[in-house]
Amino acid sequence: MTQQTPHASAHIVDEGAEGVPTFEATGGDWSQIAEEAARLGEERIVVNMGPQHPSTHGVLRLMLEIDGETVTEARCGVGYLHTGIEKSMEYRTWTQGVTLCTRMDYLAPFFQETAHCLAVETLLGITDDVPERATVIRVLLMELNRVGSHLIALGTGGNELGATTIMTTAFTAREEILKIFELITGLRMNHGFVRPGGVAQDIPPGALDTIREALPLIRDYIGQLSDLMLGNPIFKGRLVGVGHLNLAGCMALGITGPVLRATGLPYDVRKHTPYCGYETYDFDVPVSTDADSFARVVLRVEECYQSLRIVEQALERLQASGPGPVMVADKKIAWPAQLAIGSDGMGNSLDHIKEIMGTSMEALIHHFKLVTEGFRVPAGQATQAVEHPRGELLAHLVSDGGTRPYRAHFRDPSFNNLQAVSLMCEGGMLADVVVAVAGLDPVMGGVDR
Amino acid sequence: MGIEEAPSGILLTSLEKFVGLSRKASMWPVTFGLACCAIEMMATGTSRFDISRFGMEVFRASPRQADLMIVAGRVSQKMAPVVRQVYDQMSEPKWVLSMGVCASSGGMFNNYALVQGVDHIVPVDIYLPGCPPRPEMLLNAILALHEQVRQSPFGVNREAAVRAAEEAALAATPTSQMKGLLR
Amino acid sequence: MSDANRPEKDAAAAAKAGAGAVGTPDPSTPQTATEAAHEAGSQHVPTQEVAGVPTGPDGRTPLDVVDVRTGMFGAAGSGDTSGYGGLVKTVAMPPASERPYGGWFDEVVDILAEVLDEAGVAFDDAIEKVVVDRGELTLFVRREHVVLVCRSLRDDQDLRFELGLGVSGVHYPGDVGRELHAVYHLCSVTHGRRLRLEVAVPDADPHIPSSTSVYPGHDWHERETFDFFGIVFDGHPGLARIEMPDDWPGHPQRKDYPLGGIPVEYKGAQVPPPDQRRAYN
Repeated sequence: MTQQTPHASAHIVDEGAEGVPTFEATGGDWSQIAEEAARLGEERIVVNMGPQHPSTHGVLRLMLEIDGETVTEARCGVGYLHTGIEKSMEYRTWTQGVTLCTRMDYLAPFFQETAHCLAVETLLGITDDVPERATVIRVLLMELNRVGSHLIALGTGGNELGATTIMTTAFTAREEILKIFELITGLRMNHGFVRPGGVAQDIPPGALDTIREALPLIRDYIGQLSDLMLGNPIFKGRLVGVGHLNLAGCMALGITGPVLRATGLPYDVRKHTPYCGYETYDFDVPVSTDADSFARVVLRVEECYQSLRIVEQALERLQASGPGPVMVADKKIAWPAQLAIGSDGMGNSLDHIKEIMGTSMEALIHHFKLVTEGFRVPAGQATQAVEHPRGELLAHLVSDGGTRPYRAHFRDPSFNNLQAVSLMCEGGMLADVVVAVAGLDPVMGGVDR
Repeated sequence: MGIEEAPSGILLTSLEKFVGLSRKASMWPVTFGLACCAIEMMATGTSRFDISRFGMEVFRASPRQADLMIVAGRVSQKMAPVVRQVYDQMSEPKWVLSMGVCASSGGMFNNYALVQGVDHIVPVDIYLPGCPPRPEMLLNAILALHEQVRQSPFGVNREAAVRAAEEAALAATPTSQMKGLLR
Repeated sequence: MSDANRPEKDAAAAAKAGAGAVGTPDPSTPQTATEAAHEAGSQHVPTQEVAGVPTGPDGRTPLDVVDVRTGMFGAAGSGDTSGYGGLVKTVAMPPASERPYGGWFDEVVDILAEVLDEAGVAFDDAIEKVVVDRGELTLFVRREHVVLVCRSLRDDQDLRFELGLGVSGVHYPGDVGRELHAVYHLCSVTHGRRLRLEVAVPDADPHIPSSTSVYPGHDWHERETFDFFGIVFDGHPGLARIEMPDDWPGHPQRKDYPLGGIPVEYKGAQVPPPDQRRAYN
């Protein structure tokens, strides 16, 4: 008798594949639920939703027990996007770690980069040496990124409800932000632009004007989006009072971000334990007391406007300060060459090449060692909290005095917030599960890392 | 025989060419987003890049109604059986586009968690490099795939082509045995 | 090329060239904070202290030596002729701090001692040591008291660490008897404070009482730590793997678990996985 497997295709018998480990993705929870359902023989239905499902916000898997249309039990299955980024970071230098951690939560790359770099700077003890201009550029990019991330949250949330226009409007608005990112970092996503000690390059000439021109456009698109959503009776009918999670539930489950602020607590890391000089910017933390999915949408829209306020202030500061250093002066950390695209289209600095190839072998050795081996970071550990679009992001780095992290751990807000799914969905309708998950806005790259 | 000589309004062609042309012009991709590339795939579907210019804006949620799987992102060991199941559920003929360097070769994540290339699990028709590839690159890859689809054989020709490809693959030297320069 | 060849270069350029050996103190480099951190991080611990039992005047371990490293490039058996093969370095984490800890740290530790005392547990029984490093407070908690410490930190009105932000693990294979560390991050919204708890357990007996009764949000974090490090959290409602498939062998983020890369083949040439390449450490 063949063994029953939950796969569509039977297991292939192949002698050549013997000894090769095979793993199944069905999960222990699922077997448990299915067995128990069979044993009890009750008329209850167990529904598996995902990991390939258009409404689960990525490769999230939901295991739902339903009684009619009512969800009686909801469990999450995660790990389908586990990439081992934390382990990979242990094999790369502190600077290269930026490239890896930016790919965790791919909708908010600058937040992981900044958290990582701030933690490395704490470990090095150079927090105060980071040039002001670099910090302002970080703030500028992070806040634009927050708008972009919230737009995706709103857009895909709308798409999951079947409202494609919300998605197209949100993505069109996000393209304006991506154009700015591309101008500054050269990439639309996964930038690797914030580096320990500062940022990779100064913003290019003319970028400030481009951003200033783009801001009214972005504001206009957000206005369109909020008109489309917030007054729409169908949208409100789907979201108001759905996915309720009160303050006690949030605090118990460690939930942060817009979900926590929708319960009335104005907890925002930018105000609570400021970093990157956020205490010097003028902005508000919007709160609501409705604690439902609709309140979360309203808060995200409000936060977009607040972020744009910070962006405007950052622009003023960049304009006032003028060009300047964007990397620490310490030559043991900063890369020796200020690279720029030359007339030959290559990103080389001809003066620097002339120096290291022609006059100074020590400079060549230093450059080679710094890039291949990296700089050493004194032993110890540091934790940096950053207000991510989805909540509180913690970067916990442990150094053993080497040129690579001994351990890097990112406490991603989506991972933590997903724990609330059962609390928010159980007792509700099946269709409301999608709304509740969209309100949490998990990004699976961040959840599974 | 040219078109000019035929009665007006009639186009003569082979069934194979006609089927290829129609398959190419109405491909339905399955919604199968994994990671960062999925966001770029969604961006390709929206207004600035507008994949509907190529008749592909309808992303099917059910793999049974789709004929193109865009593997957009890193495939983990845990996700691999799911990817295969989605592929198996799609009806023939079907094509696979491996989007991004993670899906193509594991990319920068050569570690315990990731399958080093989705071609370990499903046959891939076109590889698209980039991390993540720009939407324009995805459009270009899709157009290149369209050309492949347009010229794909039909009926008995297809059966023969599949058989020939399999025999050639069996006869070929495995990559692990190829020794040579990095060229 | 000596400095005599380019006397016109300024101090910054000289520092750039001279800093080839990273870690060598260079007086011309404006880097006071880093130098201080180097000293605090105790990279230059005499090796003979490792063999004996290093005890300070108060009976506490003065330096938390977690590993001893030899060589320069991390490669063994390759006939290293560079001369760096005989290099022996100790890896030490910041040691236990002495009072005053500074800032609000003293206050929190005092109140915690009081609360623990009321519960009938002596402070030194529950807390191994207090480390203040880089402006961050870490309490090393003995595992049998971790739930009590968490509850005290959460419930006392002067402490109020009401937000449990997560648990993760760190593996120190060289730290014999305390190989696995679980790190808890707590945050007090009321008082605007953050602190870190660390619990060390031996690899042979990797059990820690679960903190989920105090911080329900630690549920998934403890599952993740179990998944990656094999630390068993006793009393957890459902300690199953979360990221890896259920039937996965081993705990992949331990130091003795390889990165797990496979060679990348290209045109017949093989590129070894990152953990098998030559590395500087």
